[in-house]
Amino acid sequence: MDRTLPLSALQHYLYCPRQCALIHVEKVWAENRFTAEGRLLHLRADSGSAGRRGGVAEDRAVPIRSDRLGLYGVADVVEMRPGPDGREIPYPVEYKRGSPKVEDWDRAQLCAQAMCLEEMLGAVIRDGAIFYGKPRRRERVVFDTPLRSLVEQSCRDMHTMVETAQTPPATHGKRCRGCSLKGACMPKTGQDVERYLLKGLEP
Amino acid sequence: MKKLLNTLYVTSQGTYLSKDGECVVIRAENGQKKRFPVHVLDGIVCFGNVLCSPFLLGHCGEKGLALSFMTERGRYLAGVRGPQSGNVLLRREQYRQADDPVASADIARSVIAGKVVNSRAVLRRCLRDHGDRVDAGMLERAVCTLDECARRLQTPVSLDEARGMEGQAAGAYFAVFGQMVLQDEEAFSFDGRNRRPPLDAVNCLLSFVYTLLAHDVRSALEAVGLDPQVGFLHRDRPGRPGLALDVMEEFRSFMADRLVLSLINRGEVRARGFVTKESGAVFMDDDTRKTVLTAWQKRKQDEAMHPFLRERIPLGLAFHVQAQLIARSIRGDLDGYPPYYWK
Ligand code: SF4
Repeated sequence: MDRTLPLSALQHYLYCPRQCALIHVEKVWAENRFTAEGRLLHLRADSGSAGRRGGVAEDRAVPIRSDRLGLYGVADVVEMRPGPDGREIPYPVEYKRGSPKVEDWDRAQLCAQAMCLEEMLGAVIRDGAIFYGKPRRRERVVFDTPLRSLVEQSCRDMHTMVETAQTPPATHGKRCRGCSLKGACMPKTGQDVERYLLKGLEP
Repeated sequence: MKKLLNTLYVTSQGTYLSKDGECVVIRAENGQKKRFPVHVLDGIVCFGNVLCSPFLLGHCGEKGLALSFMTERGRYLAGVRGPQSGNVLLRREQYRQADDPVASADIARSVIAGKVVNSRAVLRRCLRDHGDRVDAGMLERAVCTLDECARRLQTPVSLDEARGMEGQAAGAYFAVFGQMVLQDEEAFSFDGRNRRPPLDAVNCLLSFVYTLLAHDVRSALEAVGLDPQVGFLHRDRPGRPGLALDVMEEFRSFMADRLVLSLINRGEVRARGFVTKESGAVFMDDDTRKTVLTAWQKRKQDEAMHPFLRERIPLGLAFHVQAQLIARSIRGDLDGYPPYYWK
């Protein structure tokens, strides 16, 4: 892929393609409480450097990329776990604010990280984990074939969308409630401007 | 939704503004200092001889704060803007539609609809509240003219028609505007619009408040990535902020004109706050200017239901919402531009 997008773009894309287009095509950005808190949590994960945790070597804020997926970014934490043949296998751990409602986009995001690491290190990574801030607990994620295909297909679609500068129309739904771009997106205002215009012009 | 932030208006001559960390430091000529954190501001407007350090200019640019320099009397001199939000696609589409007479006429029609409906609402409100103190017949005739414009706007109009209607609506409205002055009628008599320089106190007030409105509308357009120079109703003319003038049309009557009227009618500005130069030009004194700035700042905090979004927002944020709506309609997310109707 001749153009790379940040890993976060994939997560936005999986959450709502329009959200991704507003950021990467329309260059709209708005920070709300959620994104701010998310950033703080990441800062904490970023603050440490390489170390050990219960006998497992870990690296923090690891820069990663994949030319095949056209993605670049930073993995919060990569643990180096001993494999059966003695070689260490990277085990990515992503930090999330909020409760463990393992959604597809969280899983796919982590899987994309693993695929970046695989491409960089020539390794095979079978699983990783998502750490949720509330309650503090880990969820294991297995990188199986359906999840990997989801990542690949989404990356292709996302790049086409950004390359051709197509912003999809808004479809108002439940996820709009927590969306930081609602103000710019205006998901509820449909195509009824003419009616609005005429109503105002009434005598 | 974006938050409504404060605009810093600096009117004291010889003031020096600089940056200290995340703060704007304001040093008056007598050495007195004040500080404001940048994150509570969305713009700085400097009147007259006010100096700014380049580091403050750069910081404002980076944080998306609009900075304008005006003469002491409020004529726009220059603006410092940060990197644009970078949406070249939106701008390209804006230029394309500005070149296309049909697309331009659509937006122009909305803009004029906003102007006509809101001017009419201001006149009606006056008839309702002060019908006994004004020449009601005159006001009603003006309302009739605006009704007629509104009727013609119910079907698409050409750009020329839209521009003609702009003149007609403004003419009818300003012909009776003086009727709405209820206090100190002699000092604040009004005989039509004049500017550069204003020749009476009412025109002086109107011009000044329009400058404040222009700053706010312009920075809202820039913040969403539109080019404030290229308008639809207002044709390109070098140095003229065409799109800002377009979007201002819907706000003039209820935001600016009503503010001027209420300052006069409540006696908050007085005849002695104005000086007439030998040339006939009329200027306001420092205290009057401060009174107007405070009133404008307060007006922006008044909340109202946004008629299209159906959400309560402060009026100062309505500039931003309208900029957003025009951007969305240019990009084809909306099938037209919905003006802000004031009721
Ligand atoms: S408001 Fe809804 S439709 Fe719009 S970007 Fe957010 S999630 Fe997507």
